[in-house]
Order: sequence, then structure tokens, then C-alpha cells
Amino acid sequence: MRIEATVNGTPTSIDADPCLSLLTVLRDDLGLAGSKNACEQGECGSCSVLLDGDLVCACLVAVGQADGRTVLTIEGLGDGDGGLHRVQQAFIDAGAVQCGFCTPGLILATVSLLDTIPDPTEDEIREGLSGNLCRCTGYQKILDAVALAAAVAAG
Amino acid sequence: MVDVNFGRLNPTGLLDLSRVVELSEWSLEGDVLRLGAGITFARLLEPGLAAMVPALAQAARTVGSPQIRQRATLGGNLATGSPAGDSIPPLVAHLAEIELASVRGRRRMPLGEFILGPKRTALRSDELILSVSMRYSVGAQTFMKVGARSAMVISVASIAMLVDDERDQVRVGYGSAGPTVGLVCSSRAAAAGLPGAVENACVPIDDVRASARYRRRALRVMTERALERCVG
Repeated sequence: MRIEATVNGTPTSIDADPCLSLLTVLRDDLGLAGSKNACEQGECGSCSVLLDGDLVCACLVAVGQADGRTVLTIEGLGDGDGGLHRVQQAFIDAGAVQCGFCTPGLILATVSLLDTIPDPTEDEIREGLSGNLCRCTGYQKILDAVALAAAVAAG
Repeated sequence: MVDVNFGRLNPTGLLDLSRVVELSEWSLEGDVLRLGAGITFARLLEPGLAAMVPALAQAARTVGSPQIRQRATLGGNLATGSPAGDSIPPLVAHLAEIELASVRGRRRMPLGEFILGPKRTALRSDELILSVSMRYSVGAQTFMKVGARSAMVISVASIAMLVDDERDQVRVGYGSAGPTVGLVCSSRAAAAGLPGAVENACVPIDDVRASARYRRRALRVMTERALERCVG
């Protein structure tokens, strides 16, 4: 099936089995390896992307369902000139990155959370990130990074 | 999709029901709320819907994670028919009806008759779940769930309690403690007997998540707490 989707702002035509996961096609066909492949069952959140602005696990979306929609992965989050998104910068500044495997998913979950709740409480941050696992268990600095990103946005 | 990812399923095609807009709509007819089967758990958390069916919204909030709630639908939860399905105890306590459709026409049945056993339902292979309907103008209600953590857990035990002033009933739907979600009712005057009644009615099993004894005890305690919240 030919799938027409806007991936990271670019109209993209993909010829793929529509029953494959969006994650498989992002990584194997489009070379976008920033969305990580770990549990493949929606448990870990490391493949989180924004589909028409909604936070989803790319492993649980059949790629045929992305036809006509927009997909944003970690590769498309910056300004396109190598500049980082404020959430990416906050993760660096707060030291929220250890091995880095969970980081793309956590950053997209944070972007989604701050879109809905610009100034979240700690409980709201914990709930917003509850679908993302960090096996290095660096959660405290991740929470700090989300609070920092919110504070930077608030000026 | 999990079965596809793990190579257990190799479908020749899939139907994307998420594009059938009518399935994602809700409507009111008198005091009956009709929820389309395609409504996601994320949408059940939106203030307008959550205010009408607060116990169902509380249950929706415990489903998976934000990512899962964007994709997971009421219809999917009901079709799975798991005794641990989070939306089922509140819907059973609401005495909800399910509406099914096929080329042969539509049929409706009480949700309690739709779910036949663990992951077994009355849904025929050519049928689609259209909606669930329930009276929403009922009294106080709540949902509680026990699990190993707050997110991403299959419930160890869950209950939904609902006070129906019109029928002078307090109803409890309980999950993960029998082959299907159970229902126990009492009059408001006799509501103090509900914790014992739920404890006696449930038929939990021992499994990897908890022992039957723990589940029975958890249901009793949750029913006592729900009574404090809903009946006072």
C-alpha cells in the first residue's frame, strides 16, 4: 500500500505493508532510528511519537493508519538548523540523560504534556510520563528536566 | 499490533475503524448517554464526558498510560472481554446496554449478557460493536483499582460503586475476581451489607498478580471505602 504522510514536516510517500507497525517503517524504511524499539507492546514508551499531535506508541500503530496524517519523531523536533527544542535543552541542562535509550520517548511525552498542561505539578508530570520507562532509573533528573522546560517556557 | 510485532499474527489486511467518525461520537437522548465504541479513554477524561460518567472516567484514567489511552477504545475493551477490563465494572454498575451491528441488522443486549467468560463474548465474527448506552443521571459513584503501580497495570481487583436514587439501589461492579465482571446490588437502606455481599459473591483465583484471598480482602476493603465516598 502506498502511504502518504507528513513525517517531520516533509510530505513522505512510503510503499509498505500497511499492517506493519509505524515504528518498523520509521526505523527500517525511513531510517529514523531515534524512535527506539524495545518492548514492542506499548509498555515502555521508548517509541513514543506524535501522530496528528497525539502522543502514541509507534509500535502500536499500524502504518496504514498513518496515511494522510502527520508524524513527529525526535528527529523533527528541533528547529531544522541543528538548534534544539527547549525540552531537549532542558534534558541536557538538568542532566536527565544517562544511557539515552528512553530519552527520545520521554522528550516527546514531555512535549505532549506541556502542550496540554504548560505548568504541571509534580503529580501531573509523573502521570504524564507514566508510560515511559527509564531502566537507568534516572527519574528524579527527568522530573527536574520537565519542570525546567516548563519554567523556561514561562520565562 | 502486539501479535503482529511478535510474529504471532500475519494479517492480510486490517480495517481502520478509527476513521469511522460515527463510531467516535456520543449523544444524549433524555437521560440516556450513548457512547460510540470508538471513543478513546483519553476522550473519556475530557471534562464534559467525565462529569456525566465520573466512575467510568476514573476507570479510564487508570488504563495503561497516556500513550495507550490515546489509542485504546471502549469498544476494544469490551470486545476483549477480560475480567480485568477497567471500563467494565463501571459500565456493569450502570446496567449499560451494548449495541452490535452486522449486515443482518442491529441487536442490543445488557453488557452482563454480552460477556460470557474470560475473553469470551457474544460478538459474532461478522459483528461490530457500535456503542454502549446507560442512564447517566444517577447519584454518587466511584471507581477503585488495586495494582502493583499506578500506571500500566492489569488490575489485581477493582470495583465501581454507583448510587441509583431512582431505583433506590446501590450497585457494585467488581473486576478481576471471577470469570467475568460481577454485579452486586442492594437497597440504599441495606447498603452496609455490600462489603460482605461482594466478598461472598466474588470467585477470584490465585495467579501471578495476586492470591484469591488477597483479592477477596481487597474487594471488601474497597467496597467499604466506596460506601464512605458514595453513601457516607
